[in-house]
Order: sequence, then structure tokens, then C-alpha cells
Amino acid sequence: MPSAVDTGTAAAPAHRTRGALARLARDGLGLTGAILVAAFILVALLAPWIAPADPLRLDVANKLQGISLAHWAGTDQLGRDTLSRLIWGARMALGISLSATGLAGAIGLVLGMIAGYGPRWLDGLMVLCFDSVSSLPVIMFALAVITVTGPGVATLILVIVTVSIPGYARLIRAQTLTMRNADFIVAERTMGASTARILLRHMLPNVVGPLVIVLSMDVPVVIMLEAGLSYLNLGVRPPQPSWGNMLYDGYTSLRQQPLLVIASGLPLVLATVGFTFLGEGLRDALDPRLRVASR
Amino acid sequence: MSDLYRIEGLRVDLPLPGDLLSALLPIRRPRLTILDQIDLAIAPGETFGLVGESGSGKTTLARTMLGLAAPAAGRLVFRGADLTGRAAWAGLRRGSAMMFQDPVGSLSPRMRVGALVTEPLIIAGRPIADRAAEAQRLLARVGLPPGLAGRYPHELSGGQARRVCVARALALDPALIIADEPTAGLDVSIQGEILNLMADLGRDQGVGFLVITHNLAVIRHSADRIGILYLGRLVETGPAAQVFARPAHPYTASLIASEPNPDPRRRRADLAIRGEIPSLLRRPAGCPFHTRCPIAVAKCRSIDPGPRAVAPGRMVRCHLAEDIPQPRNPAEEHSR
Amino acid sequence: MTAPLLDVRGLSLSYGPVRALRGVSIDARAGEIIGIVGESGCGKSTLASALIGLPAPGATVAGEVRIAGEDFLALPEARRREWRGARVAMVFQDPMTSFNPVLTLGDQLVDFQHRSPVPRAEKRARAAAILARVGLPDPDLALRRHIHELSGGMRQRAAIAAALLMRPMLLVADEPTTALDVTMEAQIIHLLRELRAEHQGAIVVITHHLGVIGELCDRVYVMYAGEVVEEGTVDEIYHSPRHPYTRALIDCDPAHIDGPAGRLPTIPGRLPDLTGTLRGCAFQPRCPRAGPRCLALAPPRVAFGPTQAAFCHEAGR
Repeated sequence: MPSAVDTGTAAAPAHRTRGALARLARDGLGLTGAILVAAFILVALLAPWIAPADPLRLDVANKLQGISLAHWAGTDQLGRDTLSRLIWGARMALGISLSATGLAGAIGLVLGMIAGYGPRWLDGLMVLCFDSVSSLPVIMFALAVITVTGPGVATLILVIVTVSIPGYARLIRAQTLTMRNADFIVAERTMGASTARILLRHMLPNVVGPLVIVLSMDVPVVIMLEAGLSYLNLGVRPPQPSWGNMLYDGYTSLRQQPLLVIASGLPLVLATVGFTFLGEGLRDALDPRLRVASR
Repeated sequence: MSDLYRIEGLRVDLPLPGDLLSALLPIRRPRLTILDQIDLAIAPGETFGLVGESGSGKTTLARTMLGLAAPAAGRLVFRGADLTGRAAWAGLRRGSAMMFQDPVGSLSPRMRVGALVTEPLIIAGRPIADRAAEAQRLLARVGLPPGLAGRYPHELSGGQARRVCVARALALDPALIIADEPTAGLDVSIQGEILNLMADLGRDQGVGFLVITHNLAVIRHSADRIGILYLGRLVETGPAAQVFARPAHPYTASLIASEPNPDPRRRRADLAIRGEIPSLLRRPAGCPFHTRCPIAVAKCRSIDPGPRAVAPGRMVRCHLAEDIPQPRNPAEEHSR
Repeated sequence: MTAPLLDVRGLSLSYGPVRALRGVSIDARAGEIIGIVGESGCGKSTLASALIGLPAPGATVAGEVRIAGEDFLALPEARRREWRGARVAMVFQDPMTSFNPVLTLGDQLVDFQHRSPVPRAEKRARAAAILARVGLPDPDLALRRHIHELSGGMRQRAAIAAALLMRPMLLVADEPTTALDVTMEAQIIHLLRELRAEHQGAIVVITHHLGVIGELCDRVYVMYAGEVVEEGTVDEIYHSPRHPYTRALIDCDPAHIDGPAGRLPTIPGRLPDLTGTLRGCAFQPRCPRAGPRCLALAPPRVAFGPTQAAFCHEAGR
């Protein structure tokens, strides 16, 4: 829109751009996502205090109950309180997904910047490695690792981190490549800035935005992956509550009590929606082109 | 030597882009000569104008002078020191600065103006007591209000961004500033502000400038000496006033003749020069300009003209420098 | 005198609170090249998009854009679409963006003629002929090329060819030489001069470059802050400008100054805020001759002879 730019110069950019967070708050979907995510994090953090019952306490006499005052979301096939298990399950889901995506994102960021800014041969070698890893089928790879180490939370995180790094690294590498010859980077080099300074002070803040968005949108994918692997009994081991193995429990007793499947599926859906909305909201809020337009 | 920056016999080759395999294997990728036989000297406090069209290699020359591209042959000398070792390059970094064609693009987008203008001091390890005060001092030197220190680059107008770049270039009190198209994208009514500011810096503080541009009108008013670059060679160098008044190379003459004149009474019937700059991949044999030259003869197509002096301080690469048709020069016409 | 082919009367255009054009009136006769000159923010690009009936979405438009007597802006969008190409065509600053990068030049030049009933081979022949006319060497080969395979100068020639393909009455060229090198710029100016002799219609050249105006145009409109401030023949505008802004603009152009100047002149100050109503003359805050009337009253149109007029309180004195 050349004409808008044309007249845009006339109006003085008097006030500074409002923060990305303020823009996020004005975006309905983004705000919904942020609230949902905040609620989940709060629930996960406060699990020991807000869970109405011990998630591991068996009460076979009251198995597979419906909604009641004592059990707001009913009980499972062993009479455990579903709501308490969901709350503790949130802790597990968020703990695994946030730490796995965070770790994978951080490693991907470093590797991607090295590949994108380093010498060409190193870039070629690293891209070769990224491609090799991302060609592994996730479930097969998980099965292989689990065969060696046995199922468990640490194994789960290891698998997720390993398979996610290449995607993040490629994203950052692409960003870094397009920016390595940008004038402001060349300008830093003409001033004699060290490579570390260029990467940390100038490259990092400009390439990290898209990664944050992708990470946020990947959290639900990891939650699903955790649920899926736990459902297959390859992840979180019973009796530890996880949304995945709760879904499995609900599925096996679907005929007797459908509430368990619904109750353990709902938070999965809400978390997915929340993180996806937040990611979309962040993308709109952080996009520099939109920032200029909203000035 | 008293030269601020001297270039002798510079050649720059750049590798042609190859595929991933060639990056991994130790194969020498084919290289293309971008610049060749460049001899140039800039005196302290002098403004040297480098004129060339896109594809002439003028940006590569600036990059090479700053150590961003490696010379294949030749010497680079800054203030008497050969730019070979780390220490010499560090000396150049402290004593020179670059102004980019796109001022906003050359400023790190997530840093504020105050941090940007003082950054050269931080990188050079200069102790500064109060970074904010130093930023104000630098902004004041280029006539910008102190309130600008808190802005981000994209919040600046074109003219302001230019001045911020000048302020940043001045931070280390350089002896040489390389300015790539210093007036690109500026309205006519504020072009003068930047050119006047640069002239003041040259006169009052002895800053030498290398101004790279394709805008002849700008160079005519700001440069002491000029060099014309065509297909990676300097085809003519000399004092600006003399070159504009009596160009010795037909390419220079064509460039001056091509410049659109705002005065309709001086409208020319034929202002177009034939053809386009040939690709560097298919450099013409003999004189590289012969494909477009209006006066080319047989030997131009086979023998590459070497540099020769046509007057004191004036060099030209042309067999026929003595009989090129002179353009109607506005300055001359007036004095008539 | 014949009726003007292009007749813009009192054209105003605003985007929300920003009044980008205010009461612009221009005209052009067949065979004429008129220039619209001004700096960034003067509204010349907005005017260009209005001339081809493509104002930015959400813009409020008032006034008339008459082409051969018919008001272009009053037509329904479907009719306007038919007009574009056939009656009005545009050449943009960056020819790279006006072609589809994945189609060959030939496919696009044929596609641009989709309203014409002639067979495809004939369309292709016409495309080749027009490419030859604008100076592309080996037009048959050029038809098989993609736009990125052409050099900058050749791209702009191709863009001009595309615009002339349907023999429009009005050709609007928005900064046609700004992205080009000096020698290519001269070639394009030369080409437009030649085309004007054959082209039956009018050409409107929009530029910030006074050199392009001087070499190419018959008459000029000088714009400032969304208004025409002066109009006249190129000679009148360059040699006896009446509006202080025109005067200052010409003085600032380094090409205007002979020999090395000590200091280059500038126009101090900045454009007025275009939101809300402007009182008095838009140029008054920067004007060296502004008097008390300039603060309060909109400047009148003062005519100087049959072709020149300036919108200024002080121009007549």
C-alpha cells in the first residue's frame, strides 16, 4: 500500500510503539489463549493445594462413579478421584511439554545460529545431521530408546527433545541466514564487533521471535505426544496420573462410564486450544510488519 | 606517505554460488573477478566520489576497503600501515566508519538510538563515564534533539535515520567515513542537510570521505576528486571540476550526458547511451566499454587500454581520450 | 481547444482522518505528457492510484476523474475493471512486482489481452511486436523469459510494453525511472518521448525527480501536502515559478545549481499534519513569504497567463 506509506510520513510518530503484550491483550483470540495457558500453569503449580483428594488413593468400592459432590469429575476404575488426577496430570503434562520444548528450543537456537552464521562447510554438515535426525519416525525412535532405557519421564523428554531440535534449528538457521548479510549485521562487523557480540546482541533478538511462536504452538503437540506415548504405556508409568494414561483407563472402561474419557479428554483439548491461540496471538503481536502498520 | 587510504593494484574475486556438496568437499569453486587493477588514494580531509552504475563493483570496493571481502591481489594501506595483520585492521576499525545506503536497515532494529550511537565506543573498549550523556553529545553534533535517544530505528524519519547514522559514524572521531549513497531515498528538500553536514565535518574536523553514488548531481557538489567505475575497473579519475568540465573517457561523457536536466530549455534530443552494462560473466574483450562506446574503433575491441595520465592528477583508460565528443556542460555553458 | 482527455475535478481522498488529497484538479489532452511532481507525503502516489480507479481500500473519495468525458470513479467496479488496460494503464516504479514471477513474459502479455476476441497466435504476435517497439532485443526470445531473467532496464521496458498492449488512452507512470541507473533512466525517458509521438492518448508521469520532468513533460503540476500548489508549462515552472514551494524545490535540486555550491539550500520544517482540517495555506509554516492572510485563509488560485496558475496569497505580488 504505497499510498498509505506516502501519507504516513506526514503524521509524526509521536508516541513510542506499545509493547507486544499490550497488542496481545487487544487481540481476542490471543487473550483467550493467554488466559487458558495461565490457568493451566496456575493449576499445575498449585496442584498439591487445590487437588481435593490424593490422586493415588484407591477406593475400589466407589469405582467409576459419575459426577457427585464428593467427586466433581467422578472416579476411575480403581475409585481414584478423577479431578485430582487431572490436576496432577496437568502438572505432568505441562512439566514435560514445557521442559521438553524449552530445552529443544534452546539447543535448536544455539545450533541454528551456529549453522546460519558459521562457515559454509559447518553449515552443510549440520544440515546433514538435522535432516538425518528428522527423518527418524518418532514412534519407532521412541520405541527403540525405550527398549534400551525403559519407559519413564526422563526417557520421554529425551525422545521429544531429540526429535524436535532439528525443526527449531532449521527455523533459526533460515532466519540467521537471511539476516547475516543484513546491513545492520555488516555494520557491526565494520565496527569490529566480536562474533559473540553480533550473535547475542544483534542476531538473537531478531531471530528469536518466530521460535517463540513455534514453541508455543508446539507445546500442545508435545502434550499430545506425551499423552499418546503414555496411552501406549511408553511414557508416564501408572499409577502416576497423566492425561494420556487416564485416557487409556477411560477407554478401557468406556462401556461402564463414559465420563472418564470425556473428563480426561477435555483438558487436553483446552490446553491445545489455549497454546495454539497464544501462539497465533504472539505471531500477530510480534510481527514487525504489523507493528509498523499499527503505528 | 601522507595518503589517508591508498589502494594499489587491487583485485577482488568472489566465488560463484555453489551447491551444498561443493561446500562440504574441498573443491575450489569457480571465481569471478569483480574488481581489477584498482589504484586509488584518498588524502586526509578529502572527499572522493566513486561513481558507478549497479554492477560496476562499487559496493564490493567499499566492502573490501573495510575488510569484509578479501582481496585476491594488491595492497591496502591505511594511514601508512599495510592492512595485513589483525592490529592493522583494528586500527582501520577505530579510524574509519561506514554509512550504509539504507540507514534504517543498518541500525539494529531492537536497539534504541541512544545505545546505537554509542555502540562503536563500547566495541572499541573506550571508557565512557555516562553512556546517556555521550549519546546526547553525539546526537547534538548532528543536530538531532536529545529526545530521539529513546526511539527505535523504525520510528525515525528518513532524514533522522541518516543523521543517526552520521552520529554513529562520528562516535570514534574517524579520519575516514565511507558513505554509500548518502542521499538515497531522501527528498530533495532535505538532501542538502546531509550533504552540508558532511561538508562541515570535512572542513571543520578534517574527516575524509569516500562517497559512493550513481547520482552525479550529488557528487558534483560534494566531491573534491572523483573516480568512475565501469565493470570493475576505474576508467577515469581526477579532480571533480575538471572531470565534469572535460571528461576524458567516453563512458564518463555518456554518464554526464545521460543525467536528466531539470531545465527544459536545455533538453537534448538524444540523451540515451546505447545498450546495458554487460554481465561480469561475459566481460567484453579489449576495452570493456567498447560494446556501448559511440567512438570505438577496431583496436578497442582487441586491446585493453591501460591507465595513462592525460593531465596532472588525471588518469584515464581509453585509447581515444583525446578525441571524445565533449558533453554540453551546464557549468561551462554559463561561463561562456 | 479540444476537450481534455483526462479531466480530474476537485478530487479529494481520505483514509480515515488522514486527508491525503484535497481538491486536486488536473487535466491532460491527447498527445500530451504531463508531470506530477512533489516530495514524499505530497499525495502523488495516492493520486496515481485514484487515476487508475484503485484507491486504497477504505478510502473515502469525492470529486471526479473523467476520462474521455466519462467519470471513471462513478462507474461500477466491473466496468472500471474493463477500463483498466483498455482506457487507463499504469507503469510502476518496480517492474519486478508488476509481473507474475512464475509465468513467462509471453504468457502474461497474452493473458493481459484476454478480453480481446482475436486468436491466441495473434495475441502472441502483438505481444512480440510491442516488445520490439519498446526496444527489447530479440522479442520472440523475450516472450519465453521470466521477469527475473531480464535486467532492470529491460524489465521496465517490458512493463511499459504491457501497459501499452491494449492501446490505453491514458498511461500513468508512477516513478518509472526511480529504480534505474542513470544510463537506463535516460533510455526510458527517451523511449517515453518516442512513444508519445505514436501514442494517441495522454501520459501522466509522477515523479520526485525534476530532471525527469524537465526532459520529458509538457506541463507540470506541483503538489504539496495533498494539494496542487502550482501548474504551468515546464518552462514556466522551471524559469518563473510563482509559488514559494516550487521556487524552493527547484533551488534545492543539486542539478539546478551550476558548479560546486558552497552550501546546498534546504526547506526547513516539515509537512503539516494531514489529519483534521488545515487552516490557511498548507505551506505557510515553512514559507519565507507567509503573511497574516496565509494563516487564516485558504490560498486563492492566481492565474499568470493562459497556462500558469499558483495557489498562493503572495504569488500575485
